[in-house]
Amino acid sequence: MTPLAYRVERKRRETAGTWTLDLEPVGEAIDPIRPGQFTMLYLFGVGEVPISSSGDPALDGRLVHTIRAAGAVTRGLCAANPGDVVGVRGPFGNTWPLELARGKDVVVVAGGIGLPPLRPAIYHVLGNREEYGNLVLLYGGRSPTELVFRQEVERWRARLDASVEVTVDTAGHDWRGRVGVVTKLIPRAPFDPGNAVAMIVGPEIMMRFAAQTLLERGMPVESVFVSMERTMRCGVGLCGHCQLGPTLICRDGPVYRWDEIAPLLEVQEL
Amino acid sequence: MAETLAAADLDALLDALRGRGYRIVGPVLADGTIGHGELSSAADLPAGWTDEQGPASYRVAPRDDDALFGYAVGPQSWKGELLPARVRLWQARRENGGLAVEEEQPDIEPTAFVGVRPCELAAIAIQDEVFLGGRFVDRDYAARRADVFLVAVDCGSPSELCFCTSLGTGPGASEGFDLALTELLEGEHRFLVRAGSPAGEAVLAELPTRPASRDDVDAAGLVTATAARAMDGRFDADGVHDLLLRNLESPVWDEVASRCLTCGNCTLVCPTCFCTHVEDTSSLDGARAGRERVWDTCFSVRYAEMHGGNTRPSPRARYRQWLTHKLATWEDQFGTSGCVGCGRCIAWCPVGIDIRAEVAAIRAEEDIHAHA
Amino acid sequence: MRTLDALITDSPVFADLEHHELELIAGCAKNVGFEAGDRLFREGDPADTFFLVRHGLVALEQYVPNRGVLTVDTAGPGEIVGWSWLVPPHRWQLSARAVEQTRAVEFDGACLRDKCAADTDLGYRLLTRISSELVSVLTAARLQLADVYGNGDH
Repeated sequence: MTPLAYRVERKRRETAGTWTLDLEPVGEAIDPIRPGQFTMLYLFGVGEVPISSSGDPALDGRLVHTIRAAGAVTRGLCAANPGDVVGVRGPFGNTWPLELARGKDVVVVAGGIGLPPLRPAIYHVLGNREEYGNLVLLYGGRSPTELVFRQEVERWRARLDASVEVTVDTAGHDWRGRVGVVTKLIPRAPFDPGNAVAMIVGPEIMMRFAAQTLLERGMPVESVFVSMERTMRCGVGLCGHCQLGPTLICRDGPVYRWDEIAPLLEVQEL
Repeated sequence: MAETLAAADLDALLDALRGRGYRIVGPVLADGTIGHGELSSAADLPAGWTDEQGPASYRVAPRDDDALFGYAVGPQSWKGELLPARVRLWQARRENGGLAVEEEQPDIEPTAFVGVRPCELAAIAIQDEVFLGGRFVDRDYAARRADVFLVAVDCGSPSELCFCTSLGTGPGASEGFDLALTELLEGEHRFLVRAGSPAGEAVLAELPTRPASRDDVDAAGLVTATAARAMDGRFDADGVHDLLLRNLESPVWDEVASRCLTCGNCTLVCPTCFCTHVEDTSSLDGARAGRERVWDTCFSVRYAEMHGGNTRPSPRARYRQWLTHKLATWEDQFGTSGCVGCGRCIAWCPVGIDIRAEVAAIRAEEDIHAHA
Repeated sequence: MRTLDALITDSPVFADLEHHELELIAGCAKNVGFEAGDRLFREGDPADTFFLVRHGLVALEQYVPNRGVLTVDTAGPGEIVGWSWLVPPHRWQLSARAVEQTRAVEFDGACLRDKCAADTDLGYRLLTRISSELVSVLTAARLQLADVYGNGDH
């Protein structure tokens, strides 16, 4: 599979090292990308990285990716300007369980750069509001300046049909919000653990603690989902890199039900 | 229906293949190993040579007969043909406000693999499942695999390291070949020949064979039975999948890690190891770019690098990944074991790590604790 | 309008105690309110109280020379502020300030310690629950310390 050309239409700075690129196909487009899926984004001559979609699944054609500058390829992508052309292969991977969540409360727990892969699911719920119960977003970040989508999160918080809590690990005197880990927000969040689906993305250790706390609150393990990440090279199950024990994340994931993946996360350096 | 072909007439087989446009690759003795090379005639085969293999040891040695296939396996496997170490995937140019991407059309000749051991047939089938059996097919592998004629040769001289019987992959070829030969050295030097496909039938029909006699068939059976008996009890594969996955924290891993150099030789010589990575390049002026696929090894310290960190930095974890993938999680991913019992990883490991002994050690360690 | 003994069940520390135990504990408690910016207590001062937040948000602060005042934790509805009443020398380790208008239940720590000494069964039950809550707080604090969102460059 070869990359398709996509042009940067818009570029938005989220934090000091994180940017959102809005991409439009130059010619042929990839199949519509669904919440939870990712593409292999190609920076001409440099390399590819797997990036989840962070856009509205209802907007056909447009591809939205939120990227943190961490290595050569992502730094280059974050430096791209409107008009620049990048390559896209995809969409790959499986999707958030939005069908399963119909008629239930939806609990979204995001840590740091974990919010972008969840945003398409939030858009879907907001765009089909009557199909779902309570919508709860619990978002934790390192510090106030490292929160992404701040204005959008504020708008969601202002909605009467969504419950949003934001917390940071460290803050100065001028932060008027919560401080502490995002898992602290779970015990009192407004959802019915017996009729809810939870979706968690963040650093692995944060996902583990969040899942545990949700289970302690009474959520059945089959209702808790996470999105996993490992080194990827091909995105199509042929290069071996994204293996985690018996699973290939590009092929069987990146979305996993908690009971499928939890035992694997207990083994250090699996 | 089995036929018998005189060893002196083996060139008729090669000629028939060449006549059909096949390039022929088979065993040749070079640089002290029996590896793969192009065969122009049966004279290129390693007549009268065998291999003596042990942990961290491989030597060729003269036989006292002129068997043409009287060795076990050399360091090269057929993945060198089907999954070349370096392959260009595509080239790209910036053009018309977009990208012009040209997929590489590999220059592939129909090729006959001669001298494929049953364990190697199994390895090819395993890689077929990886590259052709999933949702995404590997284009390059599919193209190379499409026009391959397989001439298998049963094993009559397993090495000390062979354990195909423990994994059900030999020493006799049962499926996945076009033609299968069993070399018979008692009396007339000849081959029992079986066809395994319509293509094989067609070639067989052209050869100066005679119908196989009862003696020929019995002699062939004896060859593989003797080979199988020699490999008795070399590896206890019973429940190895669950055994390894139950013992991910066994002290055996630490012990192996103290010896393993993480050199990756085992992954190089293993006929089923398939991990690759990609190298993206661009021209100096940035106008053109390309991507190549190259062999990778999970032993590489960079294999599991991920934005600023590494999910598998320790040698212990990397060794465990390789062995548990090979003998356990491969089954979860692709439906079969990833190991065919060829023993190459043992011979070519510079410190002689023997995976059969390591699995036995894990079993023993678990038993000690169960009864403690 | 809920009575104190009902209000305090918002915290897991008191949630499933017997009615008479709740009444006993409520005897050491009173309702308090703070405006945004009001200080609840200052680091170093004697610590003989603790708070259960009912509405609003309380920040726990640490002054760090060169970096100023850092908010190291916040407590919202249902969360407890203040543990130093439990152990000598009963001095606040951190300062606390209401971030927004806050209503809380303030407990007299000395009163509660006395009641636990007098009724050791109640004392055991209470301390078991407090320990459990402290373990949660400690686990959360450690996760916070792990700086998991960082780039690993420290």
